[in-house]
Amino acid sequence: MNRFARALAPADRPRLVAYVTAGDPDPARSRDVLRGLVRGGADVIELGVPFSDPVADGPVIQRASERALAAGTTLGGVLDMVADLRRESDVPVVIFTYLNPVLRLGFDTFVARSAEVGVDGVLLLDIPIEESGEARTALESRGLDPIYLVSPTTTDARLRVAAEHGRGFLYAISRLGVTGMRDALAESARPLVARIRRFTDLPVALGFGISRPEHVREVATFADAAVVGSAIVKVIDEAAREGRDVGKAVEEFVRWLKTGA
Amino acid sequence: MSTSVTPPGPVFGRRDPDARGYFGEFGGRFVPETLVAPVDELTGAYFEARQDPAFRREFQELLRTCVGRPTPLYEARRAAAGTGVRLFLKREDLAHTGAHKINNALGQALLAQRMGKRRIVAETGAGQHGVATATACALLGLECVVYMGVDDMARQALNVFRMRMLGASVVGVDSGSRTLKDAINEAMRDWVAHADSTYYLLGSALGPHPYPLMVREFQSVIGQEARAAILEQAGRLPDIAVACVGGGSNAIGLFDAFIDDASVRLIGIEAGGRGISPGEHAARFAGGAPGVLHGTRSLLLQDEHGNILPTHSVSAGLDYPSIGPEHAWLASIGRGDYQWIDDDAALDGFAWLARTEGILPALESSHALGWVQRHLRELPDGTILLVNLSGRGDKDVETVRSIMEARQAGGEA
Repeated sequence: MNRFARALAPADRPRLVAYVTAGDPDPARSRDVLRGLVRGGADVIELGVPFSDPVADGPVIQRASERALAAGTTLGGVLDMVADLRRESDVPVVIFTYLNPVLRLGFDTFVARSAEVGVDGVLLLDIPIEESGEARTALESRGLDPIYLVSPTTTDARLRVAAEHGRGFLYAISRLGVTGMRDALAESARPLVARIRRFTDLPVALGFGISRPEHVREVATFADAAVVGSAIVKVIDEAAREGRDVGKAVEEFVRWLKTGA
Repeated sequence: MSTSVTPPGPVFGRRDPDARGYFGEFGGRFVPETLVAPVDELTGAYFEARQDPAFRREFQELLRTCVGRPTPLYEARRAAAGTGVRLFLKREDLAHTGAHKINNALGQALLAQRMGKRRIVAETGAGQHGVATATACALLGLECVVYMGVDDMARQALNVFRMRMLGASVVGVDSGSRTLKDAINEAMRDWVAHADSTYYLLGSALGPHPYPLMVREFQSVIGQEARAAILEQAGRLPDIAVACVGGGSNAIGLFDAFIDDASVRLIGIEAGGRGISPGEHAARFAGGAPGVLHGTRSLLLQDEHGNILPTHSVSAGLDYPSIGPEHAWLASIGRGDYQWIDDDAALDGFAWLARTEGILPALESSHALGWVQRHLRELPDGTILLVNLSGRGDKDVETVRSIMEARQAGGEA
């Protein structure tokens, strides 16, 4: 069984994919954040590579990227963080990145290093499925799962392609727009997941706008996992500003998301 | 499909990129999944519109009656006095709103209207594209939101006011470097969230396919007119065609008409800012490397980790870390020659044209003029030089004044 399928298989508690921007607020404390995510019960960690021009992200993750870059985070440094995490945990890790840092490092180098340090999946944000053939082949040749995004405006024809080529899980975007917290789940979420199910048995993780335990529970009724990003990033920022332990803050928040307590 | 209308108008469908939007190894469509559907919709609508004679007629008519086209080709005899060169200026500064940007803004606004989009978002650097977009929206009764870096708003305050007079909302962007690239980021974020109702009116020959093609085709009227006029006024094609290059829309609009004329050298002038060191300039061919930004693969000013570097130019319109993919391609095949001119040389070009011809050029266009001023005396007698005077400099008078006062103060100290 694929490690994502195992990590996202039905369980007593709702499954959670936790996104954080790597290196936020700085590389040292970001390692504490990763440990906190694991202790809090994150089922999959999605590690965002900070980029200077994150066009798909809302203000919370934009600022996290700025903090991480200001603290000297690089793609190579992000992979080092995964290597360190692997000494302590086997939680599946997805690298979530804009394309340019990967191209600059060199795609082959990136793939080889990712496989070496124990990355499980890679989501390349700004390559459409149609353009991702070469990347997919390279990733799969090293045992890395290409993870694809699908959205309410993804046509059935393209959903079929994503289902065919995606591995690990599909990341469904619940609403159009950039990343960020919302008060309620988008109405477009449930029909999207139903539509995806027609094409694939891959687990479906639903993200964008999910920030509270009741959202996570609701998502668990129709998708395999909820993705929470901006809400966790905000917790990190607040803890860091107040001089609190970011690892502990994240641990408590993730536990609250999963259990409501 | 090939068209050549009389009088010279824009050219559609003559030099398309490949089906995936590539010019050689540059271009493409690097957008997040949420933008795929809007970009597909745009592509379909544009390819249909450009084949529709009614659409082309309406665009052509607006270029004539609203923009005031054709713009003149002016021989700058005093500027070239004492040399054996004939210098011709394509007077885009005389287009309505004061720059070439209006050509593209009207074309895309017509397309938006045809697509049933009632809300337009745009980015602007110097403010010229913002003013042109606000004008096109006022003309067609569309809602207009313009994103502009707060640093650019400060240095182009007059254009901010002009946009607001035209009914546009101007939204300050204070993320990143607070200039053009950040305004594009924000416009893209708006578009992705509101694609149902909203059209993104991108101002330069950048972005995901089909933008670089579409912007070039709407701007191709510049080169078509210039080519016809210079054949009439000089009796032959120019030896050199020069234009400033930020994203590259005025340059590609001019070059397009001459790309098949091997005898015409095409020279693009980038912003050398304070010199070629990281963060001090916007000369992509001098300090850039291939990469992906804003949906297209081109040359980027970036650090060793793939993050985009800050840029500097005295002209807000050239202050951008990437360049239109077709320019990157023209350079890669040796058809385009790209050079840079620093802030001081551009300011010299500005002063030179003002004194010799009574024309205040935009600081962007002043880069092309600064290059001409420096090379005029090296050119063989009989050379015919065509320069795109892409915009007028009224918007820059305040900037130039503060620099000249600072220089004077420095000189006296």
